[in-house]
Amino acid sequence: MSKHAKNWILGIIGLVLGLLWLFPFYLIITNSFKTPKGIFSSVIGLPVGGTFGNYTQAWAALDFIRSLFNSLTITIVSVVLICLASAMAAYAIQRNHSKISNVILMLFVAAMLIPFQSVMIPLTTIFGKVQMLNIPGLIFMYLGFGASLSIFLYQGAIAGIPEALDEAATIEGAGPGRIFFTIILPMLNPMTVTVAVLNIVWIWNDYLLPSLVLPQSGYTIPLQTFFFFGQFTKQWNLALAGLMLGILPVVVFYFFAQRWIIKSVTDGSVK
Amino acid sequence: MLKTKSKAYWLFLAPALIGLLCVVIVPMLLGLFYSFTDWNGLFFTKSVGFSNYVAAFRDSGFLNAFWFTVKYAIAVIIAVNIIGLGLALLVTQKIKGANALRTIFFMPNLIGGLILGFIWQFIFVRVFAAIGTALHIGALTGWLSNPQTGFWGLVILTIWQMSGYIMLIYIAYLEAIPREIIEAAEIDGTSPWQRFRYITFPMVAPAFTVSLFLTLSNGFKVYDQNLSLTNGGPYLSTQMLSMNIVRTAFTNNKLAYGEAKAIIFFLVVAAISLLQVYFSRKREENLS
Repeated sequence: MSKHAKNWILGIIGLVLGLLWLFPFYLIITNSFKTPKGIFSSVIGLPVGGTFGNYTQAWAALDFIRSLFNSLTITIVSVVLICLASAMAAYAIQRNHSKISNVILMLFVAAMLIPFQSVMIPLTTIFGKVQMLNIPGLIFMYLGFGASLSIFLYQGAIAGIPEALDEAATIEGAGPGRIFFTIILPMLNPMTVTVAVLNIVWIWNDYLLPSLVLPQSGYTIPLQTFFFFGQFTKQWNLALAGLMLGILPVVVFYFFAQRWIIKSVTDGSVK
Repeated sequence: MLKTKSKAYWLFLAPALIGLLCVVIVPMLLGLFYSFTDWNGLFFTKSVGFSNYVAAFRDSGFLNAFWFTVKYAIAVIIAVNIIGLGLALLVTQKIKGANALRTIFFMPNLIGGLILGFIWQFIFVRVFAAIGTALHIGALTGWLSNPQTGFWGLVILTIWQMSGYIMLIYIAYLEAIPREIIEAAEIDGTSPWQRFRYITFPMVAPAFTVSLFLTLSNGFKVYDQNLSLTNGGPYLSTQMLSMNIVRTAFTNNKLAYGEAKAIIFFLVVAAISLLQVYFSRKREENLS
């Protein structure tokens, strides 16, 4: 078989698979514009006389602005704290060659073996006792859960920055705080992108932890989606419009940060 | 170099370390302790030895969830790795739109498990039924209403979600293979299968270790998709381990009992991860 023919066949296979992968998106987009009757008469076809009505109703029922605001607040604050705290801790561990640092690093790495489900019961009762089952409490929990992998990744990146740089700055009279914030942290930018993307994707989509922690006023998009779905379980036209609203922020993020996302996810799993 | 005794050292460590201790280490140790008591979330009155653990192994709901999870994990490991590798081999060829295909295959991975479950609930319940009725294919109707279709529904959803992710891992290893080796083998007159078997396959072998264990441990921890796709039904037949633990603790309010199940869950998941570390190390030793 000629090379040309081979590439042609592979191209067709790619096209078919690509369309197959996109088909679920096609189904929810088209059906989110149909009336209940429209969905009943044809699920596969394009909407006839499409309506935005589903979206306005879903928007209101999802309390979309508030849940979007909650999701953004929780994700952004948590990710900034995780990046900062993990980079600092990794720096302390990497630049201190004592046994204690080794033990602390081992502790963080070993904690990665513990699945969330194994700590969630005592965790929620402890935080309930100190009145921390709210957004600040959740953000603190994300710091605790996110630190391990982030420190592990940062630690590798800091090892690649020569210690002579720190020493030169020390001779110039800079303290550890200044060295870290003005020299080390900016040099870690590529790793910060990776750490941030991995944590954003996880925290944005997380359901189980916030479902155990947040009061209804703090509901994020996944929580509000679940709540909303319970109300409209037989009204697929509204439910699908709601799902579309939930997916939209992710698609926008993917559209603008695609290159970073793919690189970060690869680095995070291969390392 | 930061001195261990210096204030700066501990200040730098404090936020992450305090977070880890309060959120993971202390709850884990407390949980381990509580699992041997009659703790109800507020207090405990006595030690009950291993009776929570014994009860878990006699709990048919827990055992069913355990086997369901194991079967699901096995099906997912096989399907996702074969499809993920296939997609990776496809998009690393010189074909038109290869980059667009990567984007498309990976996209579902960014959508949260909860929303994914609802999307597929619609597809299985409404779209499958419509196609089945139109084409008179009985097998397509009534999806998610019995244990078998519920099981395969979860597997199909996971294939759509995870194949693109696993594809990225295989791509990373495939692109690290030097072009010259493949070209030299082509000149020597090898068949495509020989090149895959004797060059590509050994060079992506480390990716298998990573991907197999990643799919295995992810498979064990699934909760969101389970909740939104089948909600464990019909009659708890598609309930997975996570859901069984959550319901024992938070729906039935048996906290110590739920924690004992959670500790068993930890032992299984940790064993899987340690096996991965072991196999990766062994491979590296063999290479050096």
